[in-house]
Amino acid sequence: MINPFLRNIVRFLLLLFFQIAILNNIHLGGFINPYLYILFILLLPFETPKWLLLIASFAIGISVDMFSDTTGIHAAACVFMAFCRPAVINLISSNQGYEPGIKPIIRDLGFNWFFSYSLILVFVHHLVLFFLEVFSFSEFFYTIYRVLLSTIFTLILIILSQYIIYRKKK
Amino acid sequence: MRNFFNFLIRQYFFFLFLILEIISFVLIVQYNYYQKSSFINTTNNISGGILSSFHSISEYFSLRETNQKLAEENARLLSEAAKFYLKTDTLTHFQKDTIYNRQFVFTTAKVLSNSTNRRNNYLTLNKGSKHGISIDMGVISSNGIVGIVKEVSSHFSSVISVLNKETKISAKIRKNGQIGTVIWEGGNYRYGHLIDIPTHIKPLIGDTIITSGFSNSFPEGILIGTISDFKIEKGDNFYTITIKFLNDFNSISYVNVIKNLMKPELDELTKNNKND
Repeated sequence: MINPFLRNIVRFLLLLFFQIAILNNIHLGGFINPYLYILFILLLPFETPKWLLLIASFAIGISVDMFSDTTGIHAAACVFMAFCRPAVINLISSNQGYEPGIKPIIRDLGFNWFFSYSLILVFVHHLVLFFLEVFSFSEFFYTIYRVLLSTIFTLILIILSQYIIYRKKK
Repeated sequence: MRNFFNFLIRQYFFFLFLILEIISFVLIVQYNYYQKSSFINTTNNISGGILSSFHSISEYFSLRETNQKLAEENARLLSEAAKFYLKTDTLTHFQKDTIYNRQFVFTTAKVLSNSTNRRNNYLTLNKGSKHGISIDMGVISSNGIVGIVKEVSSHFSSVISVLNKETKISAKIRKNGQIGTVIWEGGNYRYGHLIDIPTHIKPLIGDTIITSGFSNSFPEGILIGTISDFKIEKGDNFYTITIKFLNDFNSISYVNVIKNLMKPELDELTKNNKND
């Protein structure tokens, strides 16, 4: 059993590498860019202290910024997403609280839970990210269109990664 | 006072959130609106170094294309070389030329990172101030214009692409010399717009757009694109012209950075105009 702290550090590095080396070079249809790296924030354990949640999100955001010349934009979007995470978890949890040891993944909490959880947070992240990038509301509907398309592709990658990495326990 | 601190501690999640957001916003604003060199971009040694090692792998995938482009450019340059011209006038004799004074010098650089999918796109080059690159120099590739140098460190430089909200390139229609401005309004990276062309002239689809030479970054006559569509908006005195860029910005691997040797002199001369 690997220490959860170490596991998250390894995940941080792997996702960062995957994002800057491969996904940053993928432009579907010219401008749709999946941002899989936010999977790191989604998969942080429920027991993570809130301050660590914010700091870790800021760290991964600023690291992605460093490699894509978008100073601060990813960091701002990630911190906002992390800020929303506890509220979203409370909003969609059917039972009161979660059993200790349960992780926010499909295997433990089911497809429906994970889908709505990641849909809301990915949308929030992309909304902040794209509007900060444009830095004006003058192209509002076009930006919304980009947000929606990119959200769909990021979400598909996130769900796929769940089925590839976490096999069903037999 | 104690109550205040208790309040801060109870609401620490919100305040930490606020602090981190403020840091990000300061970084964004600083990077966008001042030409200050900030640490967090690809021109610093750590990320620049890592990106260049990624690039050394990925450039193998485009070797064939790059070779072809270089070969084409070689062929074009060869055909322009003086020794391949036939001397038809046997009476003239050559002597040292004092009419021409060298104005532009080109430096080749490799593109380490590039994007076309964002609203504001940047490129990173593998040459910096050590190789004589400085801010505001123009960047072109064999197919035409690419961007303008925005920031330099000792080994790397960051270039604002034509595909950026901030970029405005002074351009003209080659056929009739009408001056306009080339901008990019997002969306498809193959198409941009030429604005400020008055309605009394007649553009044609397929006309070539070149740089005007009015800015000190580019010489006159660098290719930009061709007209693919034009219309007049109701009540507007200017055409809205859609142009197709000749450069495929997504496949740029080698570029030339232009140094204007007369730039200090020109800047000195036009300095007073701006003050008025």
